[in-house]
Amino acid sequence: MCATCGCDQPGGVTITRINTEEGEFRPVSNHGLVTAHHHHHHGEQELSSEKRRIDLQQDILSKNDTQAGHNRHHFEAGHILAINLVSSPGSGKTSLLERTLTDLKDQYKSYVIEGDQQTLNDANRIAATGCEVVQINTGKGCHLDADMIHRSIHQLDPQDGSVVFIENVGNLVCPAMFDLGEQARVAIISVTEGDDKPLKYPDMFESSQLCIINKIDLLPYVNFSIDKAKEYALKVNPRLSFIELSATRGEGMDRWYEWLKKEYKAIGSRKEVAVGV
Amino acid sequence: MHELSIVMNIIDIATEQVQQAHARKVDSIELEIGTMAGVEMDALDFSWSAAVQNTVLSNAERVVDRVPAIARCGNCGLEFRVSEPFMPCPTCDNVLVEYLQGKELRVKSLVVS
Repeated sequence: MCATCGCDQPGGVTITRINTEEGEFRPVSNHGLVTAHHHHHHGEQELSSEKRRIDLQQDILSKNDTQAGHNRHHFEAGHILAINLVSSPGSGKTSLLERTLTDLKDQYKSYVIEGDQQTLNDANRIAATGCEVVQINTGKGCHLDADMIHRSIHQLDPQDGSVVFIENVGNLVCPAMFDLGEQARVAIISVTEGDDKPLKYPDMFESSQLCIINKIDLLPYVNFSIDKAKEYALKVNPRLSFIELSATRGEGMDRWYEWLKKEYKAIGSRKEVAVGV
Repeated sequence: MHELSIVMNIIDIATEQVQQAHARKVDSIELEIGTMAGVEMDALDFSWSAAVQNTVLSNAERVVDRVPAIARCGNCGLEFRVSEPFMPCPTCDNVLVEYLQGKELRVKSLVVS
């Protein structure tokens, strides 16, 4: 059975390495992410039908959290900045990445892990910038998890001192619960959405460090109040920072790059802490 | 529907426990789910009925302890019951609060046979 969607069909989750040089993709695994198959052992060992109570107190997502911890350790040991980008579909995550990768080409060696239910469209857009990318297709799954990231890292093998952008599945609900081992989580909303989104989907804003408000070039045409959106977001997360920008026009992108630079520098100090423990 | 992933994780945990105990199945399972854990109980029910078929949990009784959210105000220190998500401190209206409980997402116990 597929661990992510519960289906009995093969191909629930796939990871595809995009070949940037030839501009084509070649699938590297079909059902590669499935680790949690359920094996039922019947009658091969002495089974007791006596009733027993097991006190467990085990966190349900402990497996994901443990794997996320391994990922984080791997990133920090390699001085790699990993950013988890989360948002609704259509907020402009991929456009933001395309521009970022192009503008910062000479400053950082970057890699992208793309998450979508279906298609290689986003990964192909990223590959067109020359950046190395893997596409995770989650099938029926609504979020990325730490194991998918672990496997993607093995595909990408990011070099020390690089930046890994993880574009999560467009969904403001489910990805909030799944730590991927990232150093920072960035929630993106666009002004074409409702400014009360932080109140409607609080978990995502609570678990993020930065909120990007995208498409500000469209502000004159929509009924979106930046002040209200910030006020609502600060209600669920008083520590949240904000950057307003337009990924298509370029306005505000410098502040996003400044933020990345600051996070990138912070990895060095985190690494020293990790080594010291 | 991350609730389906949650149910799949519960099935994994239960399967592991049944195997370790050399048992066949789970008779009952007790879960602890806080009211601020980000889990929709209707979605959990729906995912549960679909996912546990042909697993060790297929006939298990499921007991869910809903843990109410309690927060401590970062300003005045008041501990208060959180009646709506992300509510500020009822005395000083401060939004910087620390959740003491209500985010639990745990398998508390199992009865296997």
